[in-house]
Amino acid sequence: MTGATRATSQGPERVEGRAKVTGTAPYAFEYPVTDPLYLHPLRAGIARGRIASIDTAAAERVDGVHTVLTHHNADALNPVGDPELAVLQSDGIDFRGQLVGAVVAETPEIAAHAAGLVDIRYERLPHDSEFRDDANIVYTPDADASPMLSPDLERGDVDTALAEATHTVDVTYTTPPEHHNPIEPHAVIATWDDDGLTLHDSNQGSHLVRDLLAPLVGLDKERISVIAPHVGGAFGSKGMPHGHVALTVLAARRTAGRPVKCALSRTQMFELVGYRPPTRQRVRLGADSDGRLTATEHDSLEQTSRFKQYAEQSASASREMYASPNRRVTNRLAALDVPAPTWMRAPGEASGMYALESAVDELAVRSGIDPIDLRLRNEPEVAPVSGLPFSSRNLVACLRQGAERFGWHERDPRPGTRREGDWFVGTGVAAASFPSLLFPGSLATIRHESDGKYRVEIGAADIGTGARTALTQLAAEGLEVPFEAVELRLGSTEQPNAGLAGGSAGTASWGSTVVDAVRAFRAEHGSDPGEGVETTAGAAGNPDLGKYAMNAYGAQFAEVRVHADTGEVRVPRMLGVFAAGRIVNPRTAHSQFLGGMTMGISMALHEHSVVDERFGHVVNHDLAGYHIASNADVGSIEVSWVDEHDPHVNPVGAKGIGEVGIVGTAAAVGNAAHHATGVRVRELPLTPDKFLR
Amino acid sequence: MKPFDYQRATDADSAIATVSRDPEARYIGGGTNLVDHMKLGITEPGKLVDITRLPYDSVESLPDGRVRIGATVRNSDLAAEPVIRQRYPVLAQALLSGASGQLRNLATTGGNLLQRTRCSYFQDVTTPCNKREPGSGCSALEGWNRHHAVLGASERCVATHPSDMAVALAALDADVLVAGPDGQRTVPVTELHRLPGDEPEQDTVLRHGELVTAVELPSLPFAVRSRYRKVRDRASYAFALVSVAAAVEVTDGDITDARIAFGGLAHKPWRATAAERALHGAPATEEAFRAAADAELAEAETLRDNEFKVPMTRNTLASVLRELTQQEGS
Repeated sequence: MTGATRATSQGPERVEGRAKVTGTAPYAFEYPVTDPLYLHPLRAGIARGRIASIDTAAAERVDGVHTVLTHHNADALNPVGDPELAVLQSDGIDFRGQLVGAVVAETPEIAAHAAGLVDIRYERLPHDSEFRDDANIVYTPDADASPMLSPDLERGDVDTALAEATHTVDVTYTTPPEHHNPIEPHAVIATWDDDGLTLHDSNQGSHLVRDLLAPLVGLDKERISVIAPHVGGAFGSKGMPHGHVALTVLAARRTAGRPVKCALSRTQMFELVGYRPPTRQRVRLGADSDGRLTATEHDSLEQTSRFKQYAEQSASASREMYASPNRRVTNRLAALDVPAPTWMRAPGEASGMYALESAVDELAVRSGIDPIDLRLRNEPEVAPVSGLPFSSRNLVACLRQGAERFGWHERDPRPGTRREGDWFVGTGVAAASFPSLLFPGSLATIRHESDGKYRVEIGAADIGTGARTALTQLAAEGLEVPFEAVELRLGSTEQPNAGLAGGSAGTASWGSTVVDAVRAFRAEHGSDPGEGVETTAGAAGNPDLGKYAMNAYGAQFAEVRVHADTGEVRVPRMLGVFAAGRIVNPRTAHSQFLGGMTMGISMALHEHSVVDERFGHVVNHDLAGYHIASNADVGSIEVSWVDEHDPHVNPVGAKGIGEVGIVGTAAAVGNAAHHATGVRVRELPLTPDKFLR
Repeated sequence: MKPFDYQRATDADSAIATVSRDPEARYIGGGTNLVDHMKLGITEPGKLVDITRLPYDSVESLPDGRVRIGATVRNSDLAAEPVIRQRYPVLAQALLSGASGQLRNLATTGGNLLQRTRCSYFQDVTTPCNKREPGSGCSALEGWNRHHAVLGASERCVATHPSDMAVALAALDADVLVAGPDGQRTVPVTELHRLPGDEPEQDTVLRHGELVTAVELPSLPFAVRSRYRKVRDRASYAFALVSVAAAVEVTDGDITDARIAFGGLAHKPWRATAAERALHGAPATEEAFRAAADAELAEAETLRDNEFKVPMTRNTLASVLRELTQQEGS
């Protein structure tokens, strides 16, 4: 540890930055294709039941309509274990907005107009879309549904420890459904001709899309190309292909080689591409008179859909965060007639750490111990449940350095006592953690070109993270050549297999692959390779896997102002200090942390997909109704990190940074809002009405 | 989206004649609301008559002290107009609190007045809505009604009018100048919008073919001290939960005149006449401000998600009046 590094403009600029800001970097929908057709999806108007009849005659009569697809005329798809992809395979309706057909036409306007002329009649069944704790809908997910962790954990005797604790809190927090809303809507162009199937698709992993589609449509993998060099954000919503991809492929099979273009609208994205499930989390903490935790209990209930299970485990945030001899963690699901949830930036950690870190703050208030000090007193020596040593854990440094930089020591702990003009002012802190993952199986090709440059190819994804730039750096470093001497290509199945952009594991997984492939190239071809020589190799396994607990950590600080009359909440200032191993590119890393924290402010103050249980849909399904933080909601955000050398985590020494930035933000904001006002809101988002007096 | 005809009006008389004789024809100004509605399938006009080239694009100070604002003056331009900024700050503030810079550059004065509710159910053709489809029912009444009305609503409709500008105009006692097939008339802005009653599909008292040509502001010297305060769920680009437009005149510590209107509470910009009466002659004190709010809110009826609007309105009015009267005293 040599002190904090303040993020500056260190590190190469984003390789594709100029192309993006000048509008020349092509996104999926923008690929120039010849003579395309446009697809407008048809969506179910009920939440459960079946289609009794579907009359497409009027739509088919519209000039310019090529095809109307329904379950009556769609080709059969092979089951691949993902019900979202089985579009138009039956007359059944599992959620409102489900894909039930498509109009394919010469222009998007004709397709939309004709879609309005399709007459669908339903046979309704009663549906249940109300998220709640009710034995009729709640169950324990199978262990195999969540291969990484079992849903439940019990150590010691929680109940006795709670009964004997000096200080206790027993609090329940709720988080609402949230939708990703990347700036680039989901879009795909499918071309099915004599060469096979080509997809220009907005995704987080082109190889994964191909691996799923090949069996679905019965084509050899070699006959499918998936191309996605630029993706305008994803946050998990593009991690798996959703129904619109299968629908567009079904349509493309009918157009004699003409490309079919489909771009979802914002409203359709509230139905078809997943969301962060709502949670209800009860946290019980017991501590002795010194504030040392004697019991930690975290019970989480989360939503899933009845037709496709998604098992998020928010309570697992409490498995290894703090030392506690007695511990109980339970994760339950409530299955409803709703669209399927999916991963959204820090799935589980974002919701779970909101509850845990808010509860820890409540314990600090209850015990009169400073919230940073309380966390320091509960720092574990080894990972509490597994007993493994940490590969590195610098939460303490994040908290201490953050406290220094933020001016924490001048803080008056009493809530609701500082006022500037019409505004109550407070500060709050929360910890962040996110597992350091590595997905095996990626390959990279290193080739020495005739112009003296090195071309590196890996079928990875850059969804705006800076992956292309960081991987270029790692290749140049390994080859010991200038950054400019490396040309890195990614995003397509034309490049060697690589795992998806998820779990903040890109730099670790693909970076390790590039580092080891470069080594293999040098071993094979030496330091003066001939023109055109190449090597394809994967990452050697990490011998330390399973021997260490590996996580990134952070400390989030927030200043919050709450208007005394109106309850409006503002966040003029935030500071995040992170410990995430080697920071490969400070410039793009800064942007990742900043983006995570901004999304965290948005989670704290705004984001809420409001479900109307009577219909089973999200009512505020556009960007006027679903609020994300505007520029005016985001004040100063300072990002820094501690120097951390981790020899165990992977060959790059880098921990994931894409998600840890959102973790803990909402808790820090909520804790600061309590400090400002004395009002503890336990239900996100923190809207003005909740602070009215 | 249904195909439609489009024509650009070159003079008002022929535009009015064209729209009046065709029940499927509509005027279009900035299009910031109408075009959305066409995309969403809420309305399907057969013909659009574009009025943005008509000579209604200027702001004039009239000899009698009134100010006339042409119907096609863009919201951004109006907010930047020196006479508005100096004499009617409440109006400039209201305009700048609405929508986004891009939308304000396009939206017109007339169009802003005639924009329709943003009720989510009104905007979603797959859910029942009496305003969109009379007799189909009101989905908001027992649905998500955080943004809905607490004053003047009916069993048929609990929608709110979304405009900020119109709330300021209501406080200022503006007049709306209307031209129609039978000539011109003047409608006080407080009487332009209707309460929903049994006909929530009728937003205003305008008849088909009538065209807003201008808005006129009275002289109202004490409006030089006026405020628009908008409380919303995020700091920018959101509709009001509650808004307050107010101008007060204080003499020797007593309020001698007050103009107050609320936004976000009703199917129309809500002129708070009961609050004004309560303030008239009262001392400029916190108690008087809150009593005035209570007088106006006595009839409020809240729904599942909008109970907060009553205390929020009371607090916001008190906050605005405090600011205005302290400013007066200083």
